[in-house]
Amino acid sequence: MIHRHEAGDVCVEANGVMVHAGEVRILSDVSLSIVAGEVLALVGPNGAGKSTLLGVLAGDRKPDHGVVLYDGRPVREWSHLELSRRRAVLTQENSVSFPFRAIEVVEMGRSPWGRGGDFDRDRTAIAAAVAATDVTHLLDRRYTALSGGEKARVSLARVLAQQTDVVLLDEPTAALDLRHQEEVMRTARVLASEGRAVVVVLHDLSLAGAYADRVALLAEGRMVTVGSPDEVLTAETIGDAYGLEVQVIRQPGSGRPLVLPVRT
Amino acid sequence: MTEVDRPVTRRRGRSAVLAAVLGATLIGGVVLSAMVGQLPVAPGEVLGAILRAIGIETAWASDDPIIDSTLWAVRFPRLVMGLVVGAALAVAGAVMQAIFGNPLAEPGVVGVSSGAALGAAAAIVFGITAFGGWAVAAFAFAGGLLAVLLVYFVSRASGRTEVVTLLLTGIAINAFAGAGLALLMFAGDTSSREQIVFWQLGSMNGARWPEVGIVAAIALVGTVAAVVLARRYDLLSLGERAARHLGVDVERLRVISIVLVALLTGVAVAFCGIISFVGLVVPHIIRMAIGPKHRPLIIASAIGGGVLLVFADVLARTLVSGADLPIGMLTSLVGGPFFFYLLYRARRQSGGWA
Repeated sequence: MIHRHEAGDVCVEANGVMVHAGEVRILSDVSLSIVAGEVLALVGPNGAGKSTLLGVLAGDRKPDHGVVLYDGRPVREWSHLELSRRRAVLTQENSVSFPFRAIEVVEMGRSPWGRGGDFDRDRTAIAAAVAATDVTHLLDRRYTALSGGEKARVSLARVLAQQTDVVLLDEPTAALDLRHQEEVMRTARVLASEGRAVVVVLHDLSLAGAYADRVALLAEGRMVTVGSPDEVLTAETIGDAYGLEVQVIRQPGSGRPLVLPVRT
Repeated sequence: MTEVDRPVTRRRGRSAVLAAVLGATLIGGVVLSAMVGQLPVAPGEVLGAILRAIGIETAWASDDPIIDSTLWAVRFPRLVMGLVVGAALAVAGAVMQAIFGNPLAEPGVVGVSSGAALGAAAAIVFGITAFGGWAVAAFAFAGGLLAVLLVYFVSRASGRTEVVTLLLTGIAINAFAGAGLALLMFAGDTSSREQIVFWQLGSMNGARWPEVGIVAAIALVGTVAAVVLARRYDLLSLGERAARHLGVDVERLRVISIVLVALLTGVAVAFCGIISFVGLVVPHIIRMAIGPKHRPLIIASAIGGGVLLVFADVLARTLVSGADLPIGMLTSLVGGPFFFYLLYRARRQSGGWA
């Protein structure tokens, strides 16, 4: 049922997606291909429609026009369970209603794969997710008592434990300190190297520049451009989209683009 | 992976302790409840009677036909009614808290019980005889369902419910149902008036086997259904979106759960009146003891709710000699301050009405 993708295969495709909220047009005619083995950074100013697009890609939100295809099949035709074995989503809001322990929250990520299924696979998936997100010391704590950044990492561990081919992350670095931001992005790279397709909504353009294979720039509900970090992260393109004068410099060593506001 | 194993083992330890406590209090409550009353019965005679019923003859069993008929015609039906009504209410509370994502949701607090009572009162006053002898129960169910739907759609926002909204919705529904009950009492004749008053107080007086059977059947079906859904309730506590991402059909789960709550509450109210706070207190205490995982929570709540009502009923019968206190009054007497404590704690912990 679940067929694995080769790197370079298109896993998810959005075609001509349009979303309205009342009179306001949140997304207009957005098309995007999500490719296995690749980290795609979704960037853009506040209100550009990044989270909405991620919601549409995840199948949460039905676009008013256009279609989202998973393996060429419209997302509406997938059952909840099928889809949960195909894609995992980290949302911005990650509160839990009851005082579950962090380990129980991570274990919930395994639920699409059924109980009593493959116990060893569950254990390795959980252990790997826990190690990748550096939450081992938090597992015994109540999730509701964790700090914002800790919650974000435990939730990410839950998403990783789901072990899906498509991973959609909405601002996974927002609440994190510098070290954990880097670790999350490195984890995204590891996922891509395993042949998974990773979409990350980011505000830090330098993070996008450092870790993404492709960058998709949204502004005012339109897809401005999609391309390699070097193509998209230019002073002109970013300056126009954000309405702010920026300079792009190269990081010594990696040569990756760093995007900085022009300051005097 | 010792870090991963540790909390699980400890949880199992606590669950074992809880199971032992529940088992002991259940047996103790059953024996005590059957012993006390106008005709005192020895504990051995109670056990003897139960064992004889399942085909085990012991020397304990009494041959006195009066004791036998007291136990089987009066005390046991009432006792079992307490067990199943308590289970129904506690499970309804646990399910409600799960779908509202809020530990303060409870059939009594948010007005589902009074909605069900209003339905039942309407059936009585208008002398509705449709559905055979089931009219009262059917109307109670309909009233409870209506109330639960109302609360649900009025007070929910993006998968969670704020305490303030929940309580305000409860106030509105309780006020409306109160007005409806007042109108029905005004319109009804003396006997129906008496019946309505009796409901609002809540009692298990005069429980008979056929009624016990109906409540027991629904409580059992409801509890089993809730246990089957338990894992989905766990996922739902991540929020509706995250639950959907993990493969839960949230819309279907909601509808099934709402019907479940209305059914469990409706049947309990129809036969025993408004018994508040069982659905709030029991799951809460269980959650504090063994954590929020819904499968053990719902099973333990069912037993705990039954045990609580059996003991409350013993108190109702014995606190004032010769009088049968309304059990709903007793549970509210204990539940009210407990609810207050929960609010206080919730407010202190989250720094607000989260």
